[in-house]
Amino acid sequence: MENRGITFGYGFLTQESSFDVQFSLIEYDGSHSYFRAYLVGLLNTILVSVIGIIFATIIGVVVGIARLSSNYLIERTAAIYVEFFRNIPLLLQIFFWYFAALRALPLPEKAEPMFGVFFLTIKGFFIPAFIWNNLYIFIYSVIAAIIAIFFVRAYAKKKQENQGTQTPVLLISIGLLIILPLLSFLLGGVDASIEIPVIEQLSKTSFTFKGGLKLPPELISLALALSLYTATFIAECVRAGVQGVSKGQKEAAASIGLTPNQVLKLVVMPQALRIIIPPTTNQYLNLTKNSSLAAAIAYPDLVLVFAGTALMQTGRAIEIVSITMLTYLTLSITISIFMNWYNKKIAIKEK
Amino acid sequence: MNKLNFLSPDKSNLYAYLYSGISLLSLSILIVFLNSFFSLDLTSFLPGTISYFLPLIIGFIGLHLIRIEYSGIKFLDIINKNINTNNFNALLSLLIIFAVIKSLPPLLSWFIIDANFAGDSKDACSGSGACWAYIKTWFNRFMYGMYPNAEQWRINLSFIALAFLGGVGFFATEKFKKYLTLYYVVVYPVIAFLFIFFFISGGPIFFDFSYGIIAAVISIVIGFFIPSKFKMYYFLIIPITIYILLKYVFFYEELIELGKIQAFEWVETGAWGGLSLTFIVSFFCLIFCFPVGLFLSLGRRSDLPIIKYISIGFIEFWRGVPLITVLFMSSVMFPMFLPEDMFIDKLVRVIIAISLFEAAYVAEVIRGGLQALPRGQYDAAKSLGMGYWKMHIFVILPQALKLVIPGIANTFLALVKDTPLIFVVGLLEIVGMLNLAKTNPEWLGFAMEGYVFASIVFFIICYAMSKYSYNLEQKYKTER
Repeated sequence: MENRGITFGYGFLTQESSFDVQFSLIEYDGSHSYFRAYLVGLLNTILVSVIGIIFATIIGVVVGIARLSSNYLIERTAAIYVEFFRNIPLLLQIFFWYFAALRALPLPEKAEPMFGVFFLTIKGFFIPAFIWNNLYIFIYSVIAAIIAIFFVRAYAKKKQENQGTQTPVLLISIGLLIILPLLSFLLGGVDASIEIPVIEQLSKTSFTFKGGLKLPPELISLALALSLYTATFIAECVRAGVQGVSKGQKEAAASIGLTPNQVLKLVVMPQALRIIIPPTTNQYLNLTKNSSLAAAIAYPDLVLVFAGTALMQTGRAIEIVSITMLTYLTLSITISIFMNWYNKKIAIKEK
Repeated sequence: MNKLNFLSPDKSNLYAYLYSGISLLSLSILIVFLNSFFSLDLTSFLPGTISYFLPLIIGFIGLHLIRIEYSGIKFLDIINKNINTNNFNALLSLLIIFAVIKSLPPLLSWFIIDANFAGDSKDACSGSGACWAYIKTWFNRFMYGMYPNAEQWRINLSFIALAFLGGVGFFATEKFKKYLTLYYVVVYPVIAFLFIFFFISGGPIFFDFSYGIIAAVISIVIGFFIPSKFKMYYFLIIPITIYILLKYVFFYEELIELGKIQAFEWVETGAWGGLSLTFIVSFFCLIFCFPVGLFLSLGRRSDLPIIKYISIGFIEFWRGVPLITVLFMSSVMFPMFLPEDMFIDKLVRVIIAISLFEAAYVAEVIRGGLQALPRGQYDAAKSLGMGYWKMHIFVILPQALKLVIPGIANTFLALVKDTPLIFVVGLLEIVGMLNLAKTNPEWLGFAMEGYVFASIVFFIICYAMSKYSYNLEQKYKTER
């Protein structure tokens, strides 16, 4: 290293970065520091990972259950989906969505609105945005609802252990989640108005949408590819989990007079979740790491912004690559610690 | 004749329900079929929304009418059992059938009917369908990358020869079966390397590695005459001695001059590419990552704390970072730590990086198999007086590896699917070549065809691999 005239140090992080990032969750431009650029990249990575995890879980659970359906057509459709999407490299899928599928979308001036408010164009997906007054009261009310749900759950559990009667926790939870935020609208002075994107002419041939929220095509194709790809693996985890519960358990539960719904809720799901959660956690971790493929389609994630542009500008390869790797390590270890904790919580308590 | 109750069909009026149900079902399918294949709208006289949902409603009623348990007609019972158990299932089945009928014409027309197969320029593609002429024109590039056209027979010949040598195992007689593992683990990779180095790359005939091979061959031949008592010491000392002798004692000018002779034109690794590069990279990574992963998994279960914690640290580090940053590291950071005059080819760096990365995953999979074995196996082996290595080679690993065949196959599949990432260091395998071809000004606008083509190629490779691993799993399955 010495004979190549390279020095080592993290001082560059406070220097002015002087490059721009297309899509950022926090305020950022060239006058901010490299550290701020790092934060922008990190937040974008987290954003796409969270979106991907949510959709992958939904699709994965649905497809996994469809794989177990007694309906031949449904089972085959789910199987074809799984076999097809998991045997094609993720990078290829990202390229496909970004360069082939989303490029076929119309230009902004020709876009047909979906339900009158959504605009799917080649320049991105434009959706209405909320404009909030007193947003913090609304957030407090949601937090209060979540805390209340925890109390209700604890109470229901205690009641079941003492008296053996069941409380409809799910209904109460949904009710709380609706009523408390609603109260914040009525009493707390929270006010939200919806801003619908409106088309605007920039020049003679160039149009764009003003107002609303813009999801760039990079984000959409990345989230789409990540969730469709990871969902296949989650579907297989779900299938293995539900199949892993022995038939005797279901029959025993039915023989003591539980209804089919109760069998599913009280006997099958708790046992299936134990099998499902560890491999699914692995898939979440994989999704987070795979989100680094964003660099290939120029979605400004951690790898592109920091290990790409910032590295090219500063030339500090060792510092930047090590920070990037450490960040991913921390993300992975955080998710796996959280999931281990949850796993331990629901594990069989052997006495 | 009993009264017909259309709300709950039963067996007593079987044929009345059956004929009305089947005719309604056929009508609904006919409507969708005509609409989708011939764009005829039979129901246009109805208001829009009703016309849109009419086939679904008719088909739903039809399926409801033919839902008769134990009808005595075999075909009907099979249909009812598989796609028509209740209203919800019937609705989903109908939706899937309609979706297939609806999506067939556009797919068919894109893939075949409106597609262009002939021609060798963009002008040949005028239809609205796919332009397979594009794939045809670029086929060489997608397969061989920037490898010179005149030299491509070298790649073909190497791959055919390697496939043939790899298939030898199927024809081996009982007598040679016991040497197969040795052949596949030691001899075959060496042959593969030689093919790729001399043939595909066109490397010089003599170099360090060939000294090593000569040393190995000589020492193995002599090794047959050494009493088994000394064999271990012999193989520890002699090959290295011969290698050193060859390299430093017979180190005279003529031999070095001889070493510079090249049989074939040198093709630098930067020019390699396409599907053949995918194969080369995945092949070597498969070979290297397995032993490394095996030793890591043993290390992680070792009683020696230093080995244990080094293995844990190593595994968790590689598993915690994305492959793309590892490749970044190998291309930007790694060369800084090398001495100034030393240069490692980027293909070699990539293969090392991917191998180490996947080795960590292989290690975790094998560890799962090791943990699944009951303690009794270890105790039994130890009570027979076996040492650590003997116990693992003859008792533990054969059972553990058998258990983890699906897991290892999944890791290998992941490896093959990760190879496109080498675009980070500027190596262009098939996906990279697609992206290059896409930006060619004479062939703009055919991204879709390229990606569909590559998807099909990868699907075939990965699907074949997963089916093969399934067969392997069935073959080695023992009742436990």
